[in-house]
Amino acid sequence: MATALAATNHVAMADLKGKVEPDWCPGCGDFGVLAAVQKALVELQIPSHNVVTISGIGCSSNFPGFINTYGMHTLHGRALAVATGVKLANHELTVLVTGGDGDGFGIGGNHFVHSMRRNVDLLYIVMDNQIYGLTTGQTSPTSRLGMKTKSMPFGSIEAPVNPISLALAAGATFVARGFSAEQKHLTDLIKQGIQHKGFSFLDVFSPCVTYNHDNTYQWFRPRVKKLEDDTRYDSADWMAAIGKSLLWGEEIPIGKFFERTDLPALHEAEPVLDAGPLTHAALRIPEDVTRAFIEELM
Amino acid sequence: MKQTFAIGIGGAAGQGVATPGDIFAKIFSRRGLHLNAYNAYQSIIRGGHTFLTIRTGPERVTNMGDRLDLLIPLNQDAMDRHLGLLTDGAACIYNSDTIKPGFAAAGVQLCALPVASLADITRNKVAQNTLAVGAGLSMMGVGFQSLEEVLNEQFKKKGEAVVSENVGIARVGYDYATANFRPFAWPLPMTGNRYAVLSGNIAMAMGGAAAGVKFYSAYPMSPSTGVLHWMAAHARKAGIMVRQVEDEIGVVNMAIGAAHAGVRSMCATSGGGFALMSEGLGLSAMMETPVVVIDCQRAGPSTGVPTKTEQGDLWQMLGAAFGDYPRALAAPLDIGDCFKIIPEIFNIADRFQCPGIVLCDLLLSEGRLSVDPKDLDFVPVIDRGELITNASAASGANGDGTYKRYKITQSGVSPRAIPGVPGHTHTAASDEHDEDGVLISDEFTNPTKRRAMMEKRMRKVAGIEAAVPPPVLWGPRDADVTLIGWGSTKGVIEEACEILSEQGISANQLQIRWLVPLHGDAILDILKHARHTIIVENNYSGQFARYLRSETSFVPNGHIRKYDGEPFMPHHIVEAVREQLSGKCKLSVPAHEILV
Repeated sequence: MATALAATNHVAMADLKGKVEPDWCPGCGDFGVLAAVQKALVELQIPSHNVVTISGIGCSSNFPGFINTYGMHTLHGRALAVATGVKLANHELTVLVTGGDGDGFGIGGNHFVHSMRRNVDLLYIVMDNQIYGLTTGQTSPTSRLGMKTKSMPFGSIEAPVNPISLALAAGATFVARGFSAEQKHLTDLIKQGIQHKGFSFLDVFSPCVTYNHDNTYQWFRPRVKKLEDDTRYDSADWMAAIGKSLLWGEEIPIGKFFERTDLPALHEAEPVLDAGPLTHAALRIPEDVTRAFIEELM
Repeated sequence: MKQTFAIGIGGAAGQGVATPGDIFAKIFSRRGLHLNAYNAYQSIIRGGHTFLTIRTGPERVTNMGDRLDLLIPLNQDAMDRHLGLLTDGAACIYNSDTIKPGFAAAGVQLCALPVASLADITRNKVAQNTLAVGAGLSMMGVGFQSLEEVLNEQFKKKGEAVVSENVGIARVGYDYATANFRPFAWPLPMTGNRYAVLSGNIAMAMGGAAAGVKFYSAYPMSPSTGVLHWMAAHARKAGIMVRQVEDEIGVVNMAIGAAHAGVRSMCATSGGGFALMSEGLGLSAMMETPVVVIDCQRAGPSTGVPTKTEQGDLWQMLGAAFGDYPRALAAPLDIGDCFKIIPEIFNIADRFQCPGIVLCDLLLSEGRLSVDPKDLDFVPVIDRGELITNASAASGANGDGTYKRYKITQSGVSPRAIPGVPGHTHTAASDEHDEDGVLISDEFTNPTKRRAMMEKRMRKVAGIEAAVPPPVLWGPRDADVTLIGWGSTKGVIEEACEILSEQGISANQLQIRWLVPLHGDAILDILKHARHTIIVENNYSGQFARYLRSETSFVPNGHIRKYDGEPFMPHHIVEAVREQLSGKCKLSVPAHEILV
């Protein structure tokens, strides 16, 4: 998504500190995501009042309260719909959407698919811990086959969703995956995602230290391989991205899978916005126009 | 009694019932006549049965009326269904090549058009319709010139040849009737007025444009889709962002997002879509982000009868979303009011930062009415309430971190800063929160704060009540019977009162427009003087009667209810009132005699 104009005032980490400290469990992967988002905003020098951070419901969805930007902590699964409205009403704002895998791929799955095909200009960060945490540990749409949770005590018999393949198929124009423990890499992906003009999807492995004992930091560390380390990998190649998205097991790719920059974002495709954001538009419609509306009916 | 003239046009969907209807409507409104049109149709694109009623006259025409003066059946089915409705003085124009009339009452003129010998039906498939329109207008005493003018407009996009072919066919029908049929006893008058003819859906869409709506989102659902269609077609001229969304959950949340960013946003749906929006209404209330949602009721429950009218969603509106929160709920009284009510409810929603719900129904949404263009006011009062759109605003702080989005105030309303304004960053949350927006649902949970925030929001209820006028009684103060209705039944009850008065039973009317706030005390003040009270509504269980009782303990003497999918006709109410005044019953459920 495109960067809002930086103000002359310098943006520092302290400016982005929320009113309260995060109340995530000690060791939660979400701390790393919060830090990386704050670093990215500082590096891009985007003033906090021009950023709207929007979430759904869940542990990771408490995110907007922990960062000093305009924030919206909406309904479970509905963050992308709300964010689309915000962006279309004022496309000069930088819109960040933050949430978890249950929120985004479960209850919010419909909005996830349609927001991507619309190419809404925002960065969607999913803190993917493959479990429902705030409801104390149930199977999520990304829980692996066989994983035992309170809701599937004998192991999941349902195949997980593949967020990266799904995003590629649905038409996201920027698709990436990060790992909460890889701060520098993650910060760089967030910056790219914010700067990308269109829908940027960033799935982040953000381990749940309380309820997910399968997909831990220790489990991920030896497996994650940065796509950026492969000089032959071309993130403009959609077929190659699909191929990489299917890898899981001993090698799990992280990094930018795919980006295309030739498509207009939703707000750029609608001429109603040519004159500027709707929030600045006059409330009254010119009289010659309204007279014509009535004349049609006579 | 008011002089009116009513036409019924029946046929299968796809047979072109709408076009003759549009032509008649245009001609009547241009003669300065009022009109009311209602199309009884089915959830089918081709086939089935559609029956359009257009009633016109020099004075306001508020409903479909009781009597048909002219029937135009486009197929045998329509003839069989409706000929029996005609009484002395009425006429039926039909294609005698394909349709056989059945038994007609004495004094009904059967006007046979030998269509194949009058027009080339191999070239023009709707020749019978055009011939009938021409014949009908001749019998009404309307000059051919006005028909020619409308046909010109109707067909000019298709080229000169199509125009002249249709004008030619219409002329043949017109002249054939002049030579062979008896004109109606009451030639249609003409006045100097000119009216716009519009549906409630168009009225609500235009009312939104007038209110300054900049964002409209929707998912198609009968009978609300007409709002989307007008918005989509006029969006670029009106400067409105219109989005068709994946479902109604997305619709309402997208509208809330746009509203939160600072624009007026609106969406429309029917009962099923509204059910999906409920959680979003709670979000609007909790984040104190105003949004206006229109519910165009259709016959429920579930998918119900998508093309039929009902007032069956009242309790859904009253109970939409869990928890207690302030809301405004208004039911437009007629199609002109569909326009006016939108800017009004936006002002309430904006001032009190809460959801506003407009409870319309299919009868108004898809019905059509003549409206004086002066009543379509595109410069209504716009009050956006306490909105901070730039950093120099007096309210709140400037960058010192002391701005409190949910500041506890006497009115319950806290100045609302929109994203982008420096120095006012805050989080708006669906979780309970403190004055500064910090959640009090987790480690900061605190019963004292929760109570204070609940009371802050709920204080807005008193403000809304003071901002909305109480209902008034129409008609003579001291009447034999008081008819109580809400929303779309205004016109038909009004006419029933007139007929009752002519029959020697004085009647007055209490029609409710604002359902929340209800103004229960004002209603009780009016009703305590009433001699005999009857609540009239288009649903099974008496949803309004139950609501009124729950708010005021008031119990009426009787009820008139209808839940067959069709609207009331005046005589339904008149007969039921007589029946109830004679002590025969306390609940009347009139049968709909038109087979649609």
